[in-house]
Amino acid sequence: MLSDYITTVLAAGWVSLQLAFVALVLAVVLGLLGALCKLSGSRALRIVVGMYTTLVRGVPDLVLMLLVFYSLPALLNQGLEAMGSDLFIEFSPFAAGCATLGIIFGAYMTETFRGALIGVPHGQVEAAHAYGLGRVHTFRRIVLPQMIRLALPGFTNNWLVLVKATALVSLLGLQDIMFRARGAAEATGKPFTFYLIAGGFYLAITLISLLVLMWVGRRYAAGHRELTR
Amino acid sequence: MSWDVIYENLGRYADGAGLTLMLTALALGISFFLSIGLALARNATQPLARGAVFIYTLVFRGTPLLIQLFLIYYGLAQFDLLRQSFLWPWLSSPLICVLIAFVLNTTAYTTEIFAGGLRHLPPGEIEAARAYGMSWWTQVRRILLPAMLTRSLSLYGNEAIMMLHATSLASTVTLMEITGVARNITLNYYIQFEPYVTAALIYLVLTSVLVCGFQLAEKRWGAYLQPRRS
Repeated sequence: MLSDYITTVLAAGWVSLQLAFVALVLAVVLGLLGALCKLSGSRALRIVVGMYTTLVRGVPDLVLMLLVFYSLPALLNQGLEAMGSDLFIEFSPFAAGCATLGIIFGAYMTETFRGALIGVPHGQVEAAHAYGLGRVHTFRRIVLPQMIRLALPGFTNNWLVLVKATALVSLLGLQDIMFRARGAAEATGKPFTFYLIAGGFYLAITLISLLVLMWVGRRYAAGHRELTR
Repeated sequence: MSWDVIYENLGRYADGAGLTLMLTALALGISFFLSIGLALARNATQPLARGAVFIYTLVFRGTPLLIQLFLIYYGLAQFDLLRQSFLWPWLSSPLICVLIAFVLNTTAYTTEIFAGGLRHLPPGEIEAARAYGMSWWTQVRRILLPAMLTRSLSLYGNEAIMMLHATSLASTVTLMEITGVARNITLNYYIQFEPYVTAALIYLVLTSVLVCGFQLAEKRWGAYLQPRRS
């Protein structure tokens, strides 16, 4: 009886993980674009990205999530109604959650990646150009591998915060581990047990992520250690 | 657009902002003192003290604040012993539960920030203090604490902003801070756009004030750590 509830709660952990991974991909893409824009020659791009990161970091995650899930469709529907269309827009909690978390952590990733890009010595890029590598090749073969080493600590931090932030999407009604834990807590009258199980799940993900990212860090530090010796 | 609804309810937003600020200030104020002690313990020579503080910060930084809050607010009711104890009137109040959760959570982060600041202290400063014959307590008061606090000022500023934002979770346990007020207005007036935008704007203003405050503090107390302009 109790073990049935435990399996349904833990099974919903998969939903939380999916959410976290989709949001991570979005955040990395936004972060890379943002970092490149911030370091680009265009003033307009720098200002736009600067506004994006300031706005996102100035508002709580929960409020941004409510804005995307409730306010944005409301605004769009008002616009559609004014245009005489009878379309009705509604976001699924999963899509709204991915989008919001992606946008939030895209802003944090922008700062992380910007710092890492600055840390790659400019001589490396010049050498690549001297060898006749194009811009795309220079970025992929020279800048990116060195940048990963520098970005990894910030990236690890952002990922850990992102995983924990997925718990907020349960408040939009997504059936993730937190939502199911709440359901099981109400059904069995054992709230402490079930919230503890959900907490254990997040702690396990945190520890596994730390181990994996430590291993990745050692791989990307390999060339660096040889050079400094 | 129905901005007149927002205008009519500006007073409630002001009350909400007051509660948000009170929660932030209380949580940060209590955790500041707890963290100083725990940061010293985190760098203590006894492995037991170090390990215990590390496990505490790991558990509270490794799980979502929402779960910690629900564990305390809903979870504690599972234990009959607690329900019958004299503590129950306090433990069943959302305000107290929210504060306990916030303090436990932000103390874990602040402890690690302060402990990190302490670890970056040049060993020469402590050796110099010992050479002057300072007692342990004098060392802590005159050398360790000032160095630790000024070194962690910028990270602590981030944590303070995180705490300000985290207070929005108090709305999930019926407290009427800014987010709670916005949610309440959306439910009462059937408008989804204006209330949340207003809440976001208030948070933006509060965040900017905090950011400016910490920049001033860093200029005032952290100036000696900046690279010297030649």
